[in-house]
Amino acid sequence: MNPAATDPMLRIAGLDVRFGPRQVLFDVSFELFAGETVGVVGESGSGKSTLARAILRLIPADKGAILWRGRDLRSCDSSTLQRLRRELQIVFQDPLGSLNPRMTVADTIAEPLRIFEPGLSAGERSVRIGAMLERVGLEAGMADRYPHEFSGGQCQRIGIARAMILSPALLICDEPVSSLDVSVQGQIVNLLLDLQRDAGTALLFISHNLALVRHLSHRILVMYAGRLIEIAARDVVYEKPLHPYTRTLLAAAAGQAEFIATDGAAPLQTGCAYRDRCRYALPLCAARPALEEIDTGHFVACHRARELLS
Amino acid sequence: MTSLLQVAGLTVSFSRPTGSIEAVRQVSLEVEACECLGIVGESGSGKTQVFMAAMGLLASNAAAAGSVRFAGEELLAAPRARLNRVRGSKLAMIFQDPMTSLTPHLTIGTQMAEVLVYHGGLSWGEARGAARRMLARVQVPEPERRLNQYPHELSGGLRQRVMIGMSLLCEPALVIADEPTTALDVTVQAQIIALLRLMRRELGMALVLISHDLGVVAGLADRILVMYAGRIVETAGAVDLFERARHPYTAELLNCIPRLSGPRLDRLPTLAGQPPRPQEIGAGCAFAPRCPRAAERCRVERPELQGDTARQAACHFPLLP
Repeated sequence: MNPAATDPMLRIAGLDVRFGPRQVLFDVSFELFAGETVGVVGESGSGKSTLARAILRLIPADKGAILWRGRDLRSCDSSTLQRLRRELQIVFQDPLGSLNPRMTVADTIAEPLRIFEPGLSAGERSVRIGAMLERVGLEAGMADRYPHEFSGGQCQRIGIARAMILSPALLICDEPVSSLDVSVQGQIVNLLLDLQRDAGTALLFISHNLALVRHLSHRILVMYAGRLIEIAARDVVYEKPLHPYTRTLLAAAAGQAEFIATDGAAPLQTGCAYRDRCRYALPLCAARPALEEIDTGHFVACHRARELLS
Repeated sequence: MTSLLQVAGLTVSFSRPTGSIEAVRQVSLEVEACECLGIVGESGSGKTQVFMAAMGLLASNAAAAGSVRFAGEELLAAPRARLNRVRGSKLAMIFQDPMTSLTPHLTIGTQMAEVLVYHGGLSWGEARGAARRMLARVQVPEPERRLNQYPHELSGGLRQRVMIGMSLLCEPALVIADEPTTALDVTVQAQIIALLRLMRRELGMALVLISHDLGVVAGLADRILVMYAGRIVETAGAVDLFERARHPYTAELLNCIPRLSGPRLDRLPTLAGQPPRPQEIGAGCAFAPRCPRAAERCRVERPELQGDTARQAACHFPLLP
């Protein structure tokens, strides 16, 4: 199936988020299609997690639209939002911290069912929970235990079970394996991919690990200082990146250092935010570059993208 | 010739209300002058505790047994005053989080100068000058201005540069760096590794680099030591380890790391199960429950490190002889 042939399931248009006087997301726009995996990469402070939370309205946006199947989550009333949220779930970075320490595993996974499927009997719920536990690789006997009795990897499985029990259409994963040991990361990523394949869930996979994202994403969004600076199909990003920041990021991930002292100063708020670190910067970069489609499906926010293409 | 650092039969145990647990079990290792030894392991493998014991920085409920000799001097039994003389001058440590390891209410200049006043007997004026020169050396821009700044005014990358500079002030013979790049962004990580490499070339100190990230260690270490469940399971030259792992754990760990190049995988390679908790470790090989090569022998008889000094593995059925 070619996802581009259908309408996007989620469309973000011109999203701005401010924390008080500080703007942290600038004019973010992108689309996400059913069943697709989109990787979001960028460094700390680039706005990846803010974007995830803003999409779910866990934090308010200041401007723009969050269109879920054509309906704007920003303007819909709370009961509609509540209903729609069943289709949008999230898995957080800190596996233990995102579980309620006073709730058993069974209660944690049951909570979404109690809210969204109140008609279920206790017996039916228990069957669903048992099946889900098995699906995420936990034993049925673990249902009555508490989060602190589990390892980080197991807690993340519980978080995934809670998120997937309602078979959401979109699962946002915010650094879901970053706090886990390497030997456990692959298990959790594969579990997410299996669940995605079985339930047709789209994944928005946020990670600072470029090597990891490469293996599971169809498309990649690159963020820098609260802006989307490059969007492209996976292989295009890894083999022919255009934005100078994407190139630096990939070089660094491959172990190549490029030291540009930035003094710990906040990224620039006007023009191209990357221009004080960019070796291609010109005076014209003081004007903000728009995210432009340079090639089919390849969007870049850089005044010099066309030159860099050749 | 004796090694710079000699750890012999080190065991670190923590007393808990539920009983005592051993985080480090019978670890012996040596660090030669001028070499870079990488210590790799997952959380709970004991890699940090080995060196916390060496530095006398164990938590109050921990006890260390065995021997840690630095330049021939036993550190485990050393009185605190003596330990304070050694650490910070000849033996320095860099931690993961430069924010919490710098003192928040002292300026960078004061913290750095203090080291030289205390250990080097310099006057405050001289020490400040030396601190400024060191900041320049670790490529902190505008060193003069930094002396008057507080840690929170610097970015994470600059703070780690300050930490590295501070550790080098007394020209230590050995620097222990515990996850020095883990808290940093990937572009900054690469810069800090390049800086450590440069400092080693210029100053010739020995470096112990502790990390869960094999990529970070690969970029710096001459020799690598792999820990699992409190014990050393393999040690080899860096290139040798990456190309010809002998212990199945090392091989599986290397296999699990997602690659930036090469074929794209639909499923990531995995290692079943999870590292055991200290209280779960039985008589046999701690890795046996997860090991694809494990046999009955592995479950009952713990393998000792075997091989010549250049390459050793603790496995009954190593991948290579």
